[in-house]
Amino acid sequence: MSKFDFPPSIKSRPVYGTLTAREGNGHLFIADAHGAEAILDVATPEMMANAHIIYIPRGESFGDKLRALNPAQYYEGPSYAASVTRIQRVLQDAKMGLQVYLTGTEGLMGQAQNEAMQAGIPHTAIQTEHRGSVARRMQCVHCKGITEDVETDPFVCSHCGLNLFVRDHYSRRLAAYQGVCIDAEDPGNVPAAKGIYE
Amino acid sequence: MSAAPQKAKAGAERIDVTVSAVVPLNDLVTRFEFQRRDGADFPPFSGGAHTVVEMKDGDRSRLNPYSLMSDPADLSTYAISVRRDDQGRGGSLYMHNNVSQGDDMVITYPVNLFSLDLRAKKHVFLAGGIGITPFMAMIEQLERSNGNWELHYSVRSADLGTYTDVLTYKYPNKVHVYIDDQNQAIDLETLLDGQPLGTHAYVCGPKGMIDWVHATGSKMGWPDENVHSEEFLAPAPGEPFEVRLCKSDKTITVGENESLLEAIERAGVDAPFLCRGGSCGQCETDVVASDGEFIHRDHWLEEEDHASGKKIMPCVSRFIGKQLELDR
Repeated sequence: MSKFDFPPSIKSRPVYGTLTAREGNGHLFIADAHGAEAILDVATPEMMANAHIIYIPRGESFGDKLRALNPAQYYEGPSYAASVTRIQRVLQDAKMGLQVYLTGTEGLMGQAQNEAMQAGIPHTAIQTEHRGSVARRMQCVHCKGITEDVETDPFVCSHCGLNLFVRDHYSRRLAAYQGVCIDAEDPGNVPAAKGIYE
Repeated sequence: MSAAPQKAKAGAERIDVTVSAVVPLNDLVTRFEFQRRDGADFPPFSGGAHTVVEMKDGDRSRLNPYSLMSDPADLSTYAISVRRDDQGRGGSLYMHNNVSQGDDMVITYPVNLFSLDLRAKKHVFLAGGIGITPFMAMIEQLERSNGNWELHYSVRSADLGTYTDVLTYKYPNKVHVYIDDQNQAIDLETLLDGQPLGTHAYVCGPKGMIDWVHATGSKMGWPDENVHSEEFLAPAPGEPFEVRLCKSDKTITVGENESLLEAIERAGVDAPFLCRGGSCGQCETDVVASDGEFIHRDHWLEEEDHASGKKIMPCVSRFIGKQLELDR
């Protein structure tokens, strides 16, 4: 099951939708892992004739199914970092009317949304659909280091080693949630880690 | 009542000015330039801002919004360009017939409801007729920051092409003029097609033109946020109707040729306002009771507010029916 109902939260927390086909002169899909399923759900031959799919499998095996949609352009990258220069180049050359569809993990959608916003698309006009892992991209508010794919709360900052509480406070600019030291008052008094939504 | 400090008088702050020049531009359009009576600089404004001009027309007080079209970098002078509307409610006729150089007038601080989105990679301006005015200031503003813009300006005839001469002389590669009576028209689909990502379009002109640009933009996949428009509505005439103002304990009759807001002001009630054209939201008023039909004409309230019968924008909207009671 690749869909998850996020519990209601503070206004800062991003809310994701369901991809729907929109009119436009091009369709850019950026997805990782189970995000492929959302593309398979929304794709039509007309869209695919003007579509560019950028897919990061992260160990999933949807590549053949996406290729079979016969998009105008298809790229499979080993990681987001390896794909981002291509994303930037595609956006740099793009024209008004391009529709952007982001799907998969929160970290992927947040970072790709950031690129699209910098290219001049208002964030409200960028479609998103969450699929797959509910792990978060976290920023340590103390050392500013980013820890990817955080599944537990609290967790240990991969940069400075502080024990961080997972907040719902989100930064669109950083494409990351904020992690705040949980044992600052009483060092070492750290609650047992559990899943973020447990 | 909000917690914010209440201003002494409704509307934006006022500035006492003298008419420093009256420049007829063609058969219909005249430019009016203002200087402050106290000799100070005008407050800075950004392209797209308007001022509300007070006209003392006999015992009638007119308040009409006009886009500031002078260079925002020049704070010694504010200028507006007014198109004479012989069928209108009389504000533009008053300006053309009664205002001359040296006259004292009162205008308001600038208010901008049509500003540039400076995140844009490119600005495409679409003007129809006198809709050119806000773009005159926007262009000067962008030229100072080396902004990327182009103007597509549709005019009825070469003679009525206000400022086409200045614009095409200064910016021959950025200004495109389309003359109706020479069968020239903006090819909007071709124009919008292929604009770089991050382009913003701005349209000012007749309602049909504004609707056309919004509709064509969405059909071509442009986000709504990238298409900006400004249309000042003049209040439409209509059947006179009676209104009860609860807070003021007054009952007034709105005449055929005045707006509800003007009638409220005529009764000596100080009601909030800014744009007087249905865009800014300042004059939003709660309806206490009503028995009849609202004629909503504003761009401010949501459709559900219009349907609810609980709110009205008195600057442009009217009412037909037996009874209307407002919280004012």
